[in-house]
Amino acid sequence: MPIIDIKDLEFAYDGESVLADVNLSVRQGDFMALIGPNGGGKTTLVKLILGLLTPDRGAILIDGKSPQKASHCIGYVPQNVNVNRSFPITTMDVVLMGRLNPKKRLSRNTNTHRRDALAALERLEVADYADRKIGALSGGQRQRAFIARALVGRPKLLLLDEPTASIDTKGQADFYRLLGELNKEITIVVVSHDLLVVSHYVKSVACVNKHLHYHDQAEITGEMLETMYPCTVEEICPVELVAHGLPHRVLPVHEKKSHD
Amino acid sequence: MIDALQFEFMQNALAAGLLASVICGIMGTLVVVNRIVFLSGGIAHAAYGGIGLAFFFNWPFLLGTIGFSLFAAMLMAAISHTIKHRADTIIGVIWALGMAFGIILIDISPGYNVDLMSYLFGSILAVPRSDLFFMILVGVVMTILVVYYYKDLLAMSYDEEFARIRGVPVRTLYFGLIGMLAVTIVLVIQVVGLILVIALLTIPPFIVEKYANTLVQMMVASSLLGALLTIMGLWLSYRYNLTSGASIIMVSGIVFLISLVIDKIRLIAYK
Repeated sequence: MPIIDIKDLEFAYDGESVLADVNLSVRQGDFMALIGPNGGGKTTLVKLILGLLTPDRGAILIDGKSPQKASHCIGYVPQNVNVNRSFPITTMDVVLMGRLNPKKRLSRNTNTHRRDALAALERLEVADYADRKIGALSGGQRQRAFIARALVGRPKLLLLDEPTASIDTKGQADFYRLLGELNKEITIVVVSHDLLVVSHYVKSVACVNKHLHYHDQAEITGEMLETMYPCTVEEICPVELVAHGLPHRVLPVHEKKSHD
Repeated sequence: MIDALQFEFMQNALAAGLLASVICGIMGTLVVVNRIVFLSGGIAHAAYGGIGLAFFFNWPFLLGTIGFSLFAAMLMAAISHTIKHRADTIIGVIWALGMAFGIILIDISPGYNVDLMSYLFGSILAVPRSDLFFMILVGVVMTILVVYYYKDLLAMSYDEEFARIRGVPVRTLYFGLIGMLAVTIVLVIQVVGLILVIALLTIPPFIVEKYANTLVQMMVASSLLGALLTIMGLWLSYRYNLTSGASIIMVSGIVFLISLVIDKIRLIAYK
């Protein structure tokens, strides 16, 4: 069973179509980069997957369930968390939020939760900051704390929205190495408008710009793309500029096949 | 100060000030971290419309004010939750309308005239015992609610989207918070006046926020700081024969400025 299964999805804001004919099937253990230009519908798609929005048409199944029922299967790492650096909350309390269960307000397994939270922080090498205020941490450390928050709920899918926005280039390499490590146990989807995100840990790429085009390959050559995904004029990949000149991975431009 | 406390009205004033500090310390913390100070100001001013209604129709005072404030508060909550980018403007409109509505109703009510100054600055020196018990009751109910929903409130205040994903009933909680805010504001206004309520809701929480590691710490510290500022203000007002509410606010304002200067120095020293 695919972890994310989207069929004929359509979504419009105020009558303006944001996503149309979206079909996507993400298998367990995948490491998918969801890329596309700003305003191309990435964030909307993420909110639909999280169950924060409901589709106008079509269906989304997360691990075989509706997004609302499956929201705790997903470990979500948002792009911007509270801009107020003075907010009175410790790193530990942020991570504990990943275990929050409003249905069990009175029975609180606080000790087990704290142990799990500390383990998650240790795994991400930020356990030393557990009792510090989250606002006192650097951008990269905070990012790791938010991943710990997502992981402490033992999700099947880790969904990260623009995770490298606040990290420098050197930090980004380390960051993707970390995600590659996590990917041994968990399915990962990384959302980015930054084309550099296609690091060599990524196993598949989905380009979204109102429509969605899925590239299910680690190494993609022009020939493969053309045979496996014949981008005809009607069915062209919606993101035009995917290729970049850096050595790790190059997605070729989807050439318009002329049949005439 | 000690000799002043032999008067019953001074004892009551002090008790009212301390109770208001605690109530505003807890609510003010939630107001500041949720960035709904402007909305609180809107509720506090629009509540004047409720006073006008109560006078015009000869309703019981509290029923009229709380009813009208809750209505105005829910309206503002609905707007600020659905069209966030327009919220400040529309809150401003309700703020002004509520106040004008109240003043006109009082104009056309026969006979009696409420003193607008006492609504703005309260009459902390004329607080009856019964009001004190009412404030204690409100404080206790509010504390129980905040303790019960603490984790949900923390999650909503820090990261609303994540809270929703974890199943926190954010919408209900938000309306509940605003409703509770409306009730407490109206009750405390009666005792210490509108301006002091806004000052106690914002100044102590803002000063202690950067030193607090948890929301509880911030609530407790705000309450204590508010109490300290109230005692200092009351003493000044007694000693130099000044308006008590305004004295408390002036003291708070000076401490606020000092805290800003200390922040600046710490920042420079850190570099």
